[in-house]
Amino acid sequence: MTAEEWQIVWFTAWVSALSTILILPFGLAAAWLLARYQWPGKSIVETLISLPLVMPPVATGLILLKLFGRRGAIGGFLHDTLNLDIIFTWRGVLVSLAVMSFPLLVRSARVAFEGVNLRFEQIARTLGAGDFRVFFTITMPLALRGVVGGMILSFARALGEFGATIMVAGNIPGQTSTLSLAIFQSVQLGHDADAFRLLGISVVLAFVAVWWSEYFMRQRRR
Amino acid sequence: MYLVLRQISLAVADFTIEVDVELQSQVTAVFGPSGAGKTSVLDLIAGLRRPQSAFIQLHGRVLTDTANRVEVPTRLREIGYVPQDLALFPHLSVHQNLLYGHNTKVETNHLFSFEHVTQVLEIQSLALRSVTDLSGGEKQRVALARALLTSPRLLLLDEPLASLDMNLKSKIIPYLARIRDEFRLPMLYITHDPEEVRALCDEVLVMDRGRIISRSPAAEPRWSGQTTA
Repeated sequence: MTAEEWQIVWFTAWVSALSTILILPFGLAAAWLLARYQWPGKSIVETLISLPLVMPPVATGLILLKLFGRRGAIGGFLHDTLNLDIIFTWRGVLVSLAVMSFPLLVRSARVAFEGVNLRFEQIARTLGAGDFRVFFTITMPLALRGVVGGMILSFARALGEFGATIMVAGNIPGQTSTLSLAIFQSVQLGHDADAFRLLGISVVLAFVAVWWSEYFMRQRRR
Repeated sequence: MYLVLRQISLAVADFTIEVDVELQSQVTAVFGPSGAGKTSVLDLIAGLRRPQSAFIQLHGRVLTDTANRVEVPTRLREIGYVPQDLALFPHLSVHQNLLYGHNTKVETNHLFSFEHVTQVLEIQSLALRSVTDLSGGEKQRVALARALLTSPRLLLLDEPLASLDMNLKSKIIPYLARIRDEFRLPMLYITHDPEEVRALCDEVLVMDRGRIISRSPAAEPRWSGQTTA
C-alpha cells in the first residue's frame, strides 16, 4: 500500500461518513413528514426524492454539475457569497454522495417510522409529552433499528458511488479520487495489481460496515 | 357536572358518532358491542381525534369547542388514558414508564405521589424489570399507575381487563376499586362485562352505532337487549 492509496481509502471513508451524517437530519425530517402526514404535493416530493435511485447516476451527476457549477443556480450563489467552489473539489464528491444516498436513508427511515405503533405516541401525549419529546423519546428509539439500517445503506451507497461523482468532481488524484474511481482508473491503465489491492480494501470496508450493523441490530434486539 | 359532551359529531368507518351527555357519577361504564364507537369517544375526550363538531368540558374547563376553535392539546388536558393494548413503552423499563408522565408539581398533596401510587397498586418491586417480562396482571397495574402518576382529573379506561382470564380479573378488580376509593377520580370505563359494571361502576351508558341508547344506574342496569357476550 502506497501513501497515495492510503489517502484514497481514508478520503473515501470519511467523505462517505460525512455525507451520511450530513443527510441524517434532512432525511429523518423528510421520512417523518412522509410517514405521518398527508399534505399537498406529497407524491411529487416522494418521487423527487426517489429519482436518484432510478436515474442513471451519470445523469444525476450532470444535473448536479449544472446546478453547482459557477454558472448554476446554487453553485453561482455559493461562489459569489461564500467564495466556495463545489465542482472538481472534495465538496463536489460530498454533494454527489449525499444526493445519491439520500433516497436510501429516507426509504428505510420512513418504513421504520410507519412501523411505530401510533398508540405509543398518542399515549405519550396523554402523559404530557409535546411533539419534540414524543419524537425523541418514543418514535426515534422505536424506529432506531430501521434508521440505523438506512444509515448503513446510505454509507455503503456512498462508498461505492461512481457515476455522479466522476461527473461532478472528476478524478483528481489526492483531491477527489475515491476508491471506485481509483479502481476504474487502475484497470484502465492496466495496473491490475493496484486495482486488486484497492479491491481488497473495498471488501474489508464493506465487511466491517455490514458486520458492525448486524452486530448493532443484534444488540438492540435483546 | 364534571364532564359535559355536547353536539359531538365524529365520522367513523360507516356511521357518525353523535353524543350529547353530561356525566356526574364517579365511575361511568360505557357498554356496548364492538364497533359501537366507544373507543372513539374516549379518543375524542383525550384530544386524540379531531371531530367534525364537539363541545367538551371537564370540571368546568373547556377542552374542545369547535364552534369557537378551541382545542386544548392532548398533553395539557390532564386526562389519564389506559388504552386496551395498554401501550406500555417496550423500550423503557417499568420505572421509566412510570416516570414518563409523572407530575411532580402536585406532589405536595401526596395523593398521586410515586410512593403512594406504587404502593396502592403493589408494584414497588417491579421497578427495575423490563415491561416485556411482566405478566398480564402486572402490566395492567403498571399501565394504571403510569396514568395515575400524571395526577389526572379524569381516568379513561378502555376494557382494562379484557385480556385477562377470570382468575386474574377477580384479582385486578379490587385494585380498580381502590383507585376509585383512594384517589376519588372520575372514571369512564369501557367494558363488555356486566360483572365489572356491578363491581365498579355507578352508572351505565349503553352505546350502539355511535349513539347512547340507554342510561341507567349500575345497580339496576338496563342493557337494552344487548347480549352480554
